[in-house]
Amino acid sequence: MRLSHLIAGAVAALAVSAPALAQETVAIVGGRVLTGTSVIENGTVVIRDGRIASVGTGGAPAGARVIDAAGKVVAPGFVAVDSGLGGSEVSSVRGTNELRNASNSLSAAFDVSYGLDPWSFTLPVARLGGVTRAVVVPQHPGSSGGHYHEDETAGVGDGGLHEPGLFAGQAAIIHLGPNLQAGGQDILVKPRVAMVAPFGEAGAGVAGGARGAEFVLFKETLAEVRLYARNRSAYERAGLRDLMLSRADLEALIPVAEGSMPLIVTVSRASDILQVLRLAREEGVKVILDGAEEGWLVADQIAAAGVPVLLNPTDNLPNDFEMRAARMENAAALNAAGVVIAIKGNEGSTHRAREARYNAGNAVSHGLPYDAAIAALTVNPARIFGMAGQFGQIAPGAAGDVVVWSGDPLEPLSQPSAVFVGGVEQPLESRPLLLRDRYRQQTPMPPAYRN
Amino acid sequence: MRRTPSRSVTGPWPRDWISRPIPIPSPRPTRACRANFAIVGATVLTGTDRRIDNGVVVVTDGKIAAVGDASTPVPGGYRVIDARGRYVTPGVIDVHSHLGVYPSPGVMGMSDGNEATSPNTAQVWAEHSIWPQDPGFNTARAGGVTTLHILPGSANLFGGRGVTVRNVPSITMQGMKMPGAPYSVKMACGENPSRVYGSRNQSPATGMGNVAGYRAAFIAAREYKAKWDKWREDGEGSPPTRNLQNETLAGVLDGSILVQNHCYRADEMAVMMDIAKEFGYRITTFHHATEAYKLAPQLAQAGVCAAMWTGWWGFKMEALDAIEENAALVDAQQGSCAVIHSDDPILTQRLNQEAAAALSAGRRAGLNISEEHAIGWITSNAARAIGIADQTGSLETGKRADVVIWSADPFSIYARADQVFVDGALSFDRMDPAYQPTSDFELGQPGYALTAANVAEGAR
Repeated sequence: MRLSHLIAGAVAALAVSAPALAQETVAIVGGRVLTGTSVIENGTVVIRDGRIASVGTGGAPAGARVIDAAGKVVAPGFVAVDSGLGGSEVSSVRGTNELRNASNSLSAAFDVSYGLDPWSFTLPVARLGGVTRAVVVPQHPGSSGGHYHEDETAGVGDGGLHEPGLFAGQAAIIHLGPNLQAGGQDILVKPRVAMVAPFGEAGAGVAGGARGAEFVLFKETLAEVRLYARNRSAYERAGLRDLMLSRADLEALIPVAEGSMPLIVTVSRASDILQVLRLAREEGVKVILDGAEEGWLVADQIAAAGVPVLLNPTDNLPNDFEMRAARMENAAALNAAGVVIAIKGNEGSTHRAREARYNAGNAVSHGLPYDAAIAALTVNPARIFGMAGQFGQIAPGAAGDVVVWSGDPLEPLSQPSAVFVGGVEQPLESRPLLLRDRYRQQTPMPPAYRN
Repeated sequence: MRRTPSRSVTGPWPRDWISRPIPIPSPRPTRACRANFAIVGATVLTGTDRRIDNGVVVVTDGKIAAVGDASTPVPGGYRVIDARGRYVTPGVIDVHSHLGVYPSPGVMGMSDGNEATSPNTAQVWAEHSIWPQDPGFNTARAGGVTTLHILPGSANLFGGRGVTVRNVPSITMQGMKMPGAPYSVKMACGENPSRVYGSRNQSPATGMGNVAGYRAAFIAAREYKAKWDKWREDGEGSPPTRNLQNETLAGVLDGSILVQNHCYRADEMAVMMDIAKEFGYRITTFHHATEAYKLAPQLAQAGVCAAMWTGWWGFKMEALDAIEENAALVDAQQGSCAVIHSDDPILTQRLNQEAAAALSAGRRAGLNISEEHAIGWITSNAARAIGIADQTGSLETGKRADVVIWSADPFSIYARADQVFVDGALSFDRMDPAYQPTSDFELGQPGYALTAANVAEGAR
């Protein structure tokens, strides 16, 4: 048999290989285990019933399928934050974008969870970068952007629809191990985990062009939400004065006003961060800072407020005037001050979610301790979104999200050799790998026949 | 009779002061920093597929004087830089940059990269949009970038001329221009031109409109060139009226101006190669080239470089089929020219990491690629892709001493450029604030002169 046939056969075998069953017991032995909070050399990780059963230095339990991880690194699956995974296939193709609400009458109530597609070809790509969960957020004018030059996107157009309002909508948590054989309708872990709002220049733009408008509008909105919450029955009888927001938006904002649903605030400038912290304190709102490129200037204040930060450590240029103090050392400085940080991928953590591990590595080379970088990809995102202990770490009871790496997971030269999501081993394949293999082969028939 | 134009010319086409200006000197104290020196003890990746452990690189008068193993003699009086445990490579070359033309801050008044007023603006030159105070030049240098090819954007079929600059701090663009480097013309295939002009109800609105636009432009340029050729030959009458647009394209036809062609899809690259055949010009490099792997044998055979990303995909339809293995698969062909580029002020700071991710993907695919080979994707191949391989891009005797000393293996995420030399002049030193230039824009801005508290120098 010729080599090309061998390769073709291997590809075909991969394509039809069914993922392992969640019920099986798996023991990953001999690796360097990064639990998310500690390191265990020559460790044993046991996964059973979809969860981590144990982690330590003991042997594999009888009957377990054993994966030899000697010389390898075993890490929790990474949690993509500020992500669009499952909500966008091709960024420029409007019909595939489920992240951006352009309705005139819906703002806070927009719920991304309805639009998420377990069949999205972005999920396997992210998985090959070690990502096993994602916090999927609605987009807004201040979202982690693409790389277009503005005049090259001329004509993309908004079809007469508006930009999202003061609130972009509500985020959801997904996992990246869809059971496609069973219809795949299981990626949603938790809908409506956080509200999202742009502040700074983008927020000012939404509110009318100035920060002073946005903060006042924000406070007024919360006042209306509280008024509505106290007078629901009057509202039903149309006995309540006209409110700015729709009933759906008012309902969606009640948990924000009550401080039970966190508000992800996209903000860059140090002075804006301080204003947001004050607003949160005055209004009793629980905030998560997103971006915070100038956060290092006010790291102690952020830490004192107990507010976590989602950031991209490679943002070090003054894209605009609100991030003139952007520095590569931001992640390290915030961490050193005691802020809980989560590290993002690139460009909205959808297609480039897999690059979060490189961003973490760059934070390390700019002063972030290695264990803090691993935590920023794993346990910290879980903590920030109220899921501590449920995923993002290799600890008994946590979801069986485990990745076996050929080496240090932050190194580009390392690749995963096994990926488990919820205890189910995932195929190491993706649409780009299918393309690769199609064009690597040399067969008498054209590439279209190399499936 | 053959007439010699009164002004001196360096080629068959009229030149004037604007294309060959007398450089306004950059404020860089070149002489002071340009002592002769030798780097010893490092692992040297030469950019010519060669790895030398415990190597020696000797620099004399801004040029590479010798590269070899530990036995290579260091002339007396030379400064010796101990680079044991570190790595040395040629300076990184980014063949697709918009630094200066799309600078930071990217605000109104500073966005000068696309003359998006007509599908053919071959008459505009990127160098006339370069703002030398873009802080991105400094962050790129801190990532080891010593040479940049600055291009206009891709809104137009012909976006204008690109220019190669040395990444040195300078008050003026002229102080950065690389002497002797050929100009390029930026051409763009695909979605961008047809979207920009189609949305204005103007041609091109489609791929076929794009192709009609390229062909019409070259027909005009051919006629223009014929007029000048005839006038040069017989000297009859007044010279033809100069036309800057046709002058650029005529330079493409005579081979003095290189074609840098933004083109994602394999089928569109094939059409562009047909157009090049029709008009008798060469395409030097396809940029972005997300589907180059589908056409790898044809690209290698035609001697066309492909400049690529590793990780970018899916942001538009023509980027849908991008794969991480693109560079490795293009590279695997005999005679190929695989290049990793940035098109981005953030990515340009870490082209070594983008090359590492491409190398990793190639190895995952079973390709046996060495690091001393892969470094060529951001050095020697990049130099070839912009026509300056005779001057820089590799550590070879006689080349410009564009050199980076890395803190670790540059294919590691933890490696940082410790020292960066341009023409043998120390232009950046991570340990020495005296060699960490800032642009005028950076002075007095929020955070200026402050360092992040409690941050240790890179842990690894």
